[in-house]
Amino acid sequence: MSSDANKSPSASQKTRFWHDPAKRAILFQSLLVIAVLGFVGMIVQNTLHNLESRGITTGFAFLSQEAGFGIIQSLIDYSESSSYGRTFFVGLLNTLLVSVLGIIAATLLGFIMGIARLSNNWLISKVASAYVEIFRNIPLLIQIFFWYFAVLRALPSPRQSLEPIENIFINVRGLYMPEPIYGDGFGWVVAAFFIAVVAVFFISRWSKKRQDETGQRFPMLWTAAGLIIGLPLLVYWVMGSPLTWEAPVLKGFNFRGGMTIIPELAALWVALTIYTAAFIAEIVRSGIEAVSHGQTEAASALGLNRGKVLRLVVVPQAVRVIIPPLTSQYLNLIKNSSLATAIGYPDLVSVFAGTTLNQTGQAIEVIFMTMLVYLTLSLLVSAFMNWFNTRMALVER
Amino acid sequence: MKKMGLIAATAAMTVGLSVNASAADTLAAVKERGFVQCGVTTGVPGYSNPDDKGNWKGMDVDVCRGIAAATLGDASKVKYIPLNAKERFTALQSGEIDVLSRVTTWTLTRDSSLGLNFAGVTYYDGQGFLINKNLGVKSALELDGASMCIQSGTTTELNAADYFRENKMQFEPVVFDTADQTVKGFEAGRCDVLTSDQSQLYALRIKLSNPNSAMILPEIISKEPLGPVVRQGDDAWFNVVKWSLFAMINAEELGLTSKNIDGKKNSKNPNIARFVGAEGIKGTGLGLADNWAYNIVKQVGNYGEAFDRNLGMNSPLKIERGLNALWNKGGLQYAPPIR
Amino acid sequence: MSDSAKVTDTLLPDLPPPANSTGVIGWMRMHLFSSPVNALLTLFTLYILYILLVPSISWALINADWVGDNRDACTSGGACWVFIYNRFDQFMYGFYPEMERWRIDLTFGMLAVLVIWLMVPNLPKKGLVSVLTLVVYPIIAYFLLYGGSFGLEVVETHKWGGMSLTLILAIVGIVAALPFGVLLALGRRSEMPIVKSFCVVYIEFWRGVPLITVLFMASVMLPLFLPGEVDFDKLLRAMIGIVMFQSAYMAEVVRGGLQAIPKGQYEAAQALGLNYWKMMGLIVLPQALKLMIPGIVNTFIALFKDTSLVLIIGLFDILAIVQAGLSDPNWLGFSVEGYTFVALMFWVFCYGMSKYSQHLEKRFHTGHGAR
Repeated sequence: MSSDANKSPSASQKTRFWHDPAKRAILFQSLLVIAVLGFVGMIVQNTLHNLESRGITTGFAFLSQEAGFGIIQSLIDYSESSSYGRTFFVGLLNTLLVSVLGIIAATLLGFIMGIARLSNNWLISKVASAYVEIFRNIPLLIQIFFWYFAVLRALPSPRQSLEPIENIFINVRGLYMPEPIYGDGFGWVVAAFFIAVVAVFFISRWSKKRQDETGQRFPMLWTAAGLIIGLPLLVYWVMGSPLTWEAPVLKGFNFRGGMTIIPELAALWVALTIYTAAFIAEIVRSGIEAVSHGQTEAASALGLNRGKVLRLVVVPQAVRVIIPPLTSQYLNLIKNSSLATAIGYPDLVSVFAGTTLNQTGQAIEVIFMTMLVYLTLSLLVSAFMNWFNTRMALVER
Repeated sequence: MKKMGLIAATAAMTVGLSVNASAADTLAAVKERGFVQCGVTTGVPGYSNPDDKGNWKGMDVDVCRGIAAATLGDASKVKYIPLNAKERFTALQSGEIDVLSRVTTWTLTRDSSLGLNFAGVTYYDGQGFLINKNLGVKSALELDGASMCIQSGTTTELNAADYFRENKMQFEPVVFDTADQTVKGFEAGRCDVLTSDQSQLYALRIKLSNPNSAMILPEIISKEPLGPVVRQGDDAWFNVVKWSLFAMINAEELGLTSKNIDGKKNSKNPNIARFVGAEGIKGTGLGLADNWAYNIVKQVGNYGEAFDRNLGMNSPLKIERGLNALWNKGGLQYAPPIR
Repeated sequence: MSDSAKVTDTLLPDLPPPANSTGVIGWMRMHLFSSPVNALLTLFTLYILYILLVPSISWALINADWVGDNRDACTSGGACWVFIYNRFDQFMYGFYPEMERWRIDLTFGMLAVLVIWLMVPNLPKKGLVSVLTLVVYPIIAYFLLYGGSFGLEVVETHKWGGMSLTLILAIVGIVAALPFGVLLALGRRSEMPIVKSFCVVYIEFWRGVPLITVLFMASVMLPLFLPGEVDFDKLLRAMIGIVMFQSAYMAEVVRGGLQAIPKGQYEAAQALGLNYWKMMGLIVLPQALKLMIPGIVNTFIALFKDTSLVLIIGLFDILAIVQAGLSDPNWLGFSVEGYTFVALMFWVFCYGMSKYSQHLEKRFHTGHGAR
């Protein structure tokens, strides 16, 4: 657009106008705004016209209507008579559940694999690099299908369930575990746990300060473990064991009672973890390689063993390089969890943008809400990781 | 926004050829275009399923072929557009397809609030249960606590929930996106029961590696009349689709088949004479050629032939005619007369 | 030799290293058994590999059946590659009419020639060939694949499928997203606040949502956005969705490339009196684009893998067509073979491209020193 400048030699006023970057910027931007508004307006108008002329219902009133279908896994109370609005939250929570589980597991596996790739054991490093090359080059969807159907095929039917530990059953319908039933006074145990956490926080600050001043190290890890595990246990014992377990029992077709991890969740979790960990391993490897070799040598010269070199010298520096790409892997994992729909894990896309959309036919509202959720999640995670990154950068200095 | 405009413009240019008119007069559009756009499933044996050459086969497909034979005189002039359950109605509403022939149940909501018209019933169906024989279950009422594989976005999902609630039973819904995955889940033992329209259960059963290990329970828990769907507000096209189906049913009643119809062209029977377009109103009312009904039967066959070929005894599905027998043979298939 | 020869004025050859630090044994000591922990790890890994690999190899290669006409040919109990063998053409070409398949071959053959030309370092006229690939070739490819003129029969897009569709989607996604990506990246680095914020919003929006919802949007909502009388083909709608999505990712790659160009280049260009577009077009982008190639290849790999999602909106890409094949009553029960085949196809492509991109990164790295 701005190249039209030379074409208007007659008006000198105009030429000056074109050559004034400030005014040109204003013109260009107003054109853009008009174009965008026009485009959006056109879409809105078309949509409204289409919806009306085709007799399609609009609005968000459907959210309070009765849903009438069942959902296999729900973290909140849900039944067939709940509303469509509730299906939204059920789906959202299921998405969050698998994302959080996936992020934790993928980070662990990714770090292990990334460090394994740099191992001086030839076999280990080759296996790790084969792992990375195989799993990051195969589409996630195929991996999800594979794990789901491979896992299902390998497991026995409910009547021949495996029972590795008493009252824990594994079969093709999932992993069944006893469910804790909280008695009176269990609140005190929870309170004790939080008190322990707070105490650990202050002790660790004190021990760090003392180490900075006197150089004396305090056995922080053991103290923390002792406090966080010991204190609630003590209270639990004092209160007279206010916790019972409800074991799952085989009744008819399936186990009833207890807690269940359904195979869809397991397969999706495994697939997301393995796929994302392959990328994280690469990020960790390049992060560690980015730490200058002199650092490692200096640390070894100080007599630190390999584990301590990694933990105290290399990783804190590598983390700074690792966090930004790690963030985008986390975001990818959250977005990829939407592939749940392919194997029927009841996540947001499967429940809300799937069944609910279909039963109500209100595509625009449903897709809009779904996209908004993912967008919000992405922004929240980015914001958190940015905050974490700045913090790490400051600590490092 | 310049970029979006550009996208739209380039896109519109590149597909200049595939920009279609979905305006009110579908019949004229079909005639001008030279083929019928028909929405089908992504693969349900017996209804619409591509074979290894990519040719679509099935009952729903034959309905589309019948419409093409009636409007264009050539049953092969059909473009099949595979749709999943989620997309089917939008595809029709937006004009991407002319007719939706995709195991779609006729319900009040769909007929009244989606801007659609159901043009008849190709198959009277009802929801049933497919179950593994070795569970020893004989009735759906023994299914309390069972896990159930369901295809998402269907009326089945709601019916199942209703049925179990009504009978105070519990179930665990395992919801899949496509029919194929539902079967795979069932086969892998993920669920005890697979629920779907009963005819589809037969179709899905042959997808099991050992079809004899599974049986279909006697209960039918819903009414599922399946039929072709068109957009509301285009009565001419609505009539064409409706009468293409009626012609197939009438042909069976009159004993006209793809094999014998040539020999009966000059029949003295007034009903047959009207059917083949020798007498009566012929095709004028519908805006079709006079031999429209002849073309359907000659190229596609009558309803019974299509049924036997795709669903009945000459197919791997081996479904009984049952409710889908002609009205004078104990079934519900009844078409208004051609006169 | 006499034993008095203890003093010599020539350098004695080095003694060979101790036997336990050379050869196979020495190598193993160094690399596999350097400490007890390492030794345990090695043995454990070997055991796991043994458990996993031996049955897989015997299933996939040794006990497998390769040729035949139907499932009766599979007798040996291992993998039944006969299934793949019989449907290979369909997996590659989808439902594209058999007589016209040379068109697909020709289209991809031409592309292969062009791409190899661009990849081999010493061939001349790279610029011309790039323009040919990015501008002229897509037009030729469109007419070849779709037909409708030059005496070619029209092949409707619903007949497209298989590997060729997967490739078409991925290539269109990248090539069409490139110009939008460049514009968006320039916009994001622009000093005009509205342009900048608009580009940021656009980029972050598409990067924040999963492709699957974008495809849903394209397949379900797009028809409602358009005026009633316009209707796009389903494949085209999916492509629009993919391009909008991909251009956001492309923009970030381009931005990375732009940031790698030293500020001096911009300043020098401005000092020469070049206006914005000339500065970008003649000085900055040519340098940046070269640096972006590895990034572009990486996004291409990501997109290529993501195209498998179109199966969810009912297009027959290679994964979908294999799944359809799996439900053929005559070929039931070969899902492992089917999925392995698809995985292998994707893997070969993605691994090849990622190696190429790593190779490029190294080349650019040494060429430019620090980056």
